[in-house]
Amino acid sequence: MTTFTVNGKTVNVDADPSTPVLWALRDHLQLTGTKFGCGAALCGACTVHLNGAPVRSCITPISAVAGQKITTIESVADDKVGKAVQAAWVRNDVAQCGYCQSGQIMSATALLRGNKKPTDADIDGAMAGNICRCGTYARIRIAIKDAAKSLA
Amino acid sequence: MSYEQLMTRLGSAREQSPSGLDRRSFLKLGAASGVASSGFALGLFSGSGAAAAEAGTALKASQNPAAFITIDKAGIVTVMVNRLDFGQGVITGLPMLVAEELDADWSKVRGELAPAGEAYKDPGFGIQMTGGSSAVHNSWQQYRELGARTRAMLVAAAAQRFGVEPSACKVANGVVSAGAKHATFGELAGDAMKQPVPEKVVLKDAKNFKIIGKKTTRLDAVAKSSGRQNFGMDSRAEGMKTVLIAHPPVFGGKVAAVDSAKAKAVEGVVDVLEVKVDRGGTGVAVIADGYWPAKMGRDALQVLWNTDGVEKADSDKLLAQYRELAGKPGIKVREADTSKIAGAPKKITAEYTFPYLAHAPMEPLNCLIDFDGTSCKVTAGSQFQTIDQANIAATLGVAPDKVQLTTAMAGGGFGRRAVPSSDYLVEAAQVMKAWRASGKSGPLKIIWSREDDIRGGYYRPMHVHRAEIGFDEQGKVLGWKHTIVGQSILMGTPFEQFMVKNGVDSVMIEGVADTPYDVPLALEIHHPKVNVPVLWWRSVGHSHTGFVMETLVDEIARTTGKDPVEYRRSLLSEKHTRHRAALDLAVAKSGYGKKTLPAGHAFGVAVHESFNSVVAYVVEASVKDGQPVLHKVTAGVHCNTVVNPLSVEAQVQGAALMALGTTLPGAAITLKDGVVQQSNFGDYTVARMPQMPAIEVYTVPSTEPPTGMGEPGVPPLAPAFANAIAKLTGSPMRELPLRLSNA
Repeated sequence: MTTFTVNGKTVNVDADPSTPVLWALRDHLQLTGTKFGCGAALCGACTVHLNGAPVRSCITPISAVAGQKITTIESVADDKVGKAVQAAWVRNDVAQCGYCQSGQIMSATALLRGNKKPTDADIDGAMAGNICRCGTYARIRIAIKDAAKSLA
Repeated sequence: MSYEQLMTRLGSAREQSPSGLDRRSFLKLGAASGVASSGFALGLFSGSGAAAAEAGTALKASQNPAAFITIDKAGIVTVMVNRLDFGQGVITGLPMLVAEELDADWSKVRGELAPAGEAYKDPGFGIQMTGGSSAVHNSWQQYRELGARTRAMLVAAAAQRFGVEPSACKVANGVVSAGAKHATFGELAGDAMKQPVPEKVVLKDAKNFKIIGKKTTRLDAVAKSSGRQNFGMDSRAEGMKTVLIAHPPVFGGKVAAVDSAKAKAVEGVVDVLEVKVDRGGTGVAVIADGYWPAKMGRDALQVLWNTDGVEKADSDKLLAQYRELAGKPGIKVREADTSKIAGAPKKITAEYTFPYLAHAPMEPLNCLIDFDGTSCKVTAGSQFQTIDQANIAATLGVAPDKVQLTTAMAGGGFGRRAVPSSDYLVEAAQVMKAWRASGKSGPLKIIWSREDDIRGGYYRPMHVHRAEIGFDEQGKVLGWKHTIVGQSILMGTPFEQFMVKNGVDSVMIEGVADTPYDVPLALEIHHPKVNVPVLWWRSVGHSHTGFVMETLVDEIARTTGKDPVEYRRSLLSEKHTRHRAALDLAVAKSGYGKKTLPAGHAFGVAVHESFNSVVAYVVEASVKDGQPVLHKVTAGVHCNTVVNPLSVEAQVQGAALMALGTTLPGAAITLKDGVVQQSNFGDYTVARMPQMPAIEVYTVPSTEPPTGMGEPGVPPLAPAFANAIAKLTGSPMRELPLRLSNA
């Protein structure tokens, strides 16, 4: 049994300690907003926040997060930065298939928490690990700047 | 024969097949299997809608609002979408067509993906499918008529209620009014369903459109920005187990021996079963409580594979073989006098190579399946619903109407979900069969890992093109001899009889055989047979033919000192007005020929028609650290009527990005001794945020019926980029991924 916090609630997950946070969320806690894309930290679809910092949940075992705080897409809007990012995503019609967007939003939110006015280079650096096969990058860039503006 | 004509013929043959349910039996199926309770309305309006659906009418099921439109008491209009939405936006686009003719309040319109069913077959093709960038094009008339019929029924109900003639009623924003009297759609829904369904309706003139042509945010934008959108991957059923399959390392290989002791020892692993897999092979399915135990179990398997007698493809050897074939006479596709090439003042002899490409949609393939021995329930992001339904049914030994297929929102596809053999869905059915044969039962969720996806085949085929062109000092083409070598996508599939003619697969030659350029082009082809499963990949044949044609034309222009835009115009006859308009628009908006670019930067141009739309790109590129860099893209698009400008822009941005991905080092699937050498996004390159150029999309105004938009943005991007680089380096670019000759 591994105990940690997800979106403000304490959870106990009865699974092998090597189980990635991704599958604990999806299979044990029925929180399916966090997506499986590659299983190897190569695409970013599974991005969640661990104590506020973005991590790839597909390679983060639950044994490494015992007693710590996980935030997922389901509650990222509880904070004003996450909320602004989500609103900017809708306003700018970012999603196409939408499968990668949970991870994109988690990465973008983490970026804006630490950087109120990201440049294009900052966005490239923070978002390069999140793949979108539909090619929504142009609108993601616009939405991040739009969210930054709405928070200013 | 065009793609559309071929698909239409395929559809008419399919209609006679056992998978073709008639409308009545479909309605009964729906009622009996409880589809209605999951939110699928049988009738036009909520409540006892079936009565209206059964009302006598000469309309086909695909023309009757019964299976498509639900209006509840609150006035929420739900439109069933007869396509898969995998990002292209049809779940918004088709409801827009209905809402326009219905004069609905857009804020109350919703879209829902339809399950497999007769009413949802493509009105032209006769099968339920999404492909060929045809969704809006083929349903343009259909969905507007559905909206207009529903509107007429609401007006008839309102006229009765108000005691006026229908002609005295007006409709706006979901409200029917006559003088001071008015009623909402929600208030009228119950009465409207009792009205006869009109067969003939008059559709709006384009100048009166309020919704069509308006920038409209996707109906699923909120769900997809909050983690609330359910994809196939998120579907679940009570008691469900998760399945991973160990596939043979070579396509068609078989299990020789398996030691599953260690796999079965993994906590959570329920069973390990040998199963039939695609292409006559066998594999090992690990069934477990969740993905992680299934993966640990699969990793712990010890399998000895038998690949004797199975051809082991090797990309290097194939390339050598293709090159040799390209120099030999092939099947004649298009004839022209090429005798003047030998004596031409100028000549180009070019060889082009293109690798296998994986689609790699972000959502790995998956399928939720349950079967009780009589009937089957499947949830999948299917692009070929009625074909998949029939293939699953055949595997399970039941009639197609015993397979209830729910269309799940799909996390991308790019062609991978339209498989004539239904490969991964048939495998899911095979696992289900083995599971039941072992004495167990209950729903199974088959999930592919990313490695399974990258190594699983069904790639865009590898190709070699060879062209020999003779021209004069003014660039007049005197002869053009062209040869294409590549596997047929459709031979050996049910599509062969319609889409392969005289041994030529129509989807390999599109973009060359029908070139708009007025040149004496002779085309021959070779279709080698290779043990690598191949499939359409966003823009299909155009993904390579567009590159070859647009770089060759550019090279002739460069060689003869002609401006590449002017040169293209000179080769496009007057009838190609859409090519000219798209090209002129991209040129005008980009500043081509006027703007001074920074040192080391150059413009590149390409224009290509596919799926009845024309896209022209003017790009700005440079070379940095030995690598081509794309800075800016200006698109001129001719897709006739633009239904949703936001959607057209998104499709062009996305198509450009996907095509840019094919130019990057590592964007290739290669095989050695039959084994695919790539496995995940670490060794199979796709474009990422830092590669995304600035992109502006402009459309040519038109009121003609809309044409395709999902794919046409792909073909001209890579050649426009290559042309800019060739201008900078002086060396032609003749392969994808792009490679500088001195790199």
